[in-house]
Amino acid sequence: MSLKSNLHNLKEKYKGTKMAPAFNALHTFLYLPNETTHGGTHIKAADDLKRTMNTVIMALVPCLIFGMFNAGYQHFAAVGTPVEFLSWDAFYIGLIKVLPLVIVSYGVGLAIEFLFAVIKGHEVEEGYLVTGMLVPLIVPVDLPLWMLAVAVAFGVVIGKEVFGGTGMNILNPALTIRAFLFFAYPTWMSGDKVWVHGAVERAQEVANGANVDVISGETILGSLAQSNVAGYSVADMFFGFIPGSVGETSTLLILLGGLFLIFTKIGSWRIMLSSVVGALVMGLIFNGVVSSGWITESSKFYGLMSETFWHHLLIGGFAFGTVFMATDPVTASQTNKGKWIYGFLVGFISILIRVFNPAYPEGVMLAILLMNVFAPTIDHYVVQGNVKKRMKRLKVKTA
Amino acid sequence: MGLLSKKDAKLITDPLADNNPITIQVLGICSALAITAQLKASIVMAVSVMAVLGIGNVVISLMRNIIPSKIRIIVQLVVVAALVIIVDQVLKAFSYELSKTLSVFVGLIITNCIIMGRFEAFALGNGPWRSFLDGIGNALGYGVILVIVGFFRELLGSGTLLGFKVLGDPIEKTGLYAIGYENNGFMLLSPMALIVVGIIIWVQRSRNKDLIED
Repeated sequence: MSLKSNLHNLKEKYKGTKMAPAFNALHTFLYLPNETTHGGTHIKAADDLKRTMNTVIMALVPCLIFGMFNAGYQHFAAVGTPVEFLSWDAFYIGLIKVLPLVIVSYGVGLAIEFLFAVIKGHEVEEGYLVTGMLVPLIVPVDLPLWMLAVAVAFGVVIGKEVFGGTGMNILNPALTIRAFLFFAYPTWMSGDKVWVHGAVERAQEVANGANVDVISGETILGSLAQSNVAGYSVADMFFGFIPGSVGETSTLLILLGGLFLIFTKIGSWRIMLSSVVGALVMGLIFNGVVSSGWITESSKFYGLMSETFWHHLLIGGFAFGTVFMATDPVTASQTNKGKWIYGFLVGFISILIRVFNPAYPEGVMLAILLMNVFAPTIDHYVVQGNVKKRMKRLKVKTA
Repeated sequence: MGLLSKKDAKLITDPLADNNPITIQVLGICSALAITAQLKASIVMAVSVMAVLGIGNVVISLMRNIIPSKIRIIVQLVVVAALVIIVDQVLKAFSYELSKTLSVFVGLIITNCIIMGRFEAFALGNGPWRSFLDGIGNALGYGVILVIVGFFRELLGSGTLLGFKVLGDPIEKTGLYAIGYENNGFMLLSPMALIVVGIIIWVQRSRNKDLIED
C-alpha cells in the first residue's frame, strides 16, 4: 500500500463527514487525485492554485537557504570570530534559528486554515502555502517563536478568514503578520540589536560589565538614518552579505526569483517594473533635493536622502517586497493599467516613508499595505475609464 | 424582576444584547476606540455616560410636550451640554488624574451619537420613567462593551487590570514575564480597539444568526 492509496482510502472513508476537507487537502497537497469530473467537456490546465503556490515557493527557496547561511555568517562576524560564508558553521546556526520559524509559521497557519475549513465545511484553500514561507523570511532571526505564533494566528484570522478566506482578503496576510509584530513587539522588530543572532544577549552582557565588544547588528537603513554612513559596499548589498530580516538581504537571489516568476507568468512584471521605477523616481527627487543644497548634513534626513538613488533598490526589504508581496494576485490591482499605477505608488511611497520616518525604516511593508487598500479603487476607475471610452466610440458610430 | 413590568424590563435587557448600541447599531464607536486602553477609564466613561443619558432622557421626556419640534435638536444639545459639564466638573473635583486621562473625551460625550439617538428615538415619545429605564439600559449596553474592550486591552497591552500587575512585573521579570512573555504594544493603539469590537460583533452574530444582515 503506497501513501497515495492510503490517503485515498482515508478520504473515501471520511467522505461526507465534517473532517472530509482536511483529508481532501492532504491528498491533493501531495498528489494529483485519481478522480475525474464526469459529463461535459473540460479544459485541463496544469497550473491549478496549488501548482501556482508551489512555483512561488520554489522561487523563495534560494532566499531561504541564503538566509540560513547569512544568519550564521552575520552572527560569527558580529561576535568577533568571522567564518567563511559557505561554511557548515554558518549554515548550522542559520538552520537551528530559521527552521523553527518556518515550522511555527506553517504549523500555526495551516492548523487555523484546517480548523476554519472543518468548521465552515468548505475545502481547505491553499492560500497559506506561500504566506507560510514568506513569513519566516521577513522577520528578524531572533524573534521569539511564541510571538510569531500569535502574529500568524492574528494575520490568518483577522487578515484573511474574516473576509472569507483565500482570495477574498484585502491585505496581504504575510505583511499583516509582519505589521502586527512590528506594532505589537517593536523592541523585537526594529533597532540595531535584533537583526543578528545573539546581539541582544551580547548587549546585555556589555550592560552588565562584561569585557566584550559591543556588536553592531545595525541594518544599512538604520545606520544611514543615525550616522549618515552605509557601512557596506554595494557588492555586499547586492549579494546580500548584510544584516536584515532572514530572506530579504540578497537582491541577486530575489532578482532570480523574480525572473522565475515572470518567466512562469505567475508574478506580474508590470507591478515589479513600475514599482522599481517609482522607487527610482522618489530616490532621484531626494538626490536632487540634496544636490541643490536645500538640506544640510545636520538634517536628520540627510543620510537617507543623499544615498545614491539606485542603492535604495538594494537595501532593506524593498526588492523582496516588490517581487514577492506587491505582486500577490489577490491584493494587487487586477487591471493592467491599474497594475502600473499600483506598482509605481508602492515604490514611490516606500522610499518616501523610508526617508521621512526613521521610526518605520521598512517603508515597503507599509507602502504595500496602503496600496492593497487602494487597489480596488484604482481598478474601479480604470474600468470606469474604459467604459466611458467605449461609450464614446459607440456614440460616434451611431451618430 | 418584580419591580419592573415585563415590558419595562425589556428596556433594560434589550440594549445589553440584541439591540446593543455599539455592536448592533454601531453608535458611539469613537469613544469606545479612544479611551479603552485602560479598564478604569472605560468604567468611568461608562458611568459618566450612564449619568448623562439617564438624567438627560428624563429631562427631555418631561419637556417633550413643550419643545417646539423645529428647535428640538438645540434644546437637546443644551440639556446634554449642561449635564456633561456637571459630570466633567465632578470628575475634576474628585479624581483629577483620571479626568486628565479621559481629557477631551468627557466633553465629547455631548457628541456621542447614542445620547442624541436615544433622545430623538425614545425620550421624545415616552414618559419619564420608561425614558429613564431606556437611558440606563442603553448606557449599560454601551458600558458592557467598553468594559470588555478595556479589560482585554489593558490585560494584554499593559499586563495590568485597574492598575494591578496581574501578570507579574515586566521590569523585575516575575510571573509570566519570567518565561519570556511580553506586553503587546499593538493593544494600546486605537486600531486594536476597533479589531476587538469587531471580534465581539463577530462572536455575537455567529451566536445569534438573526442579527446577520445580508
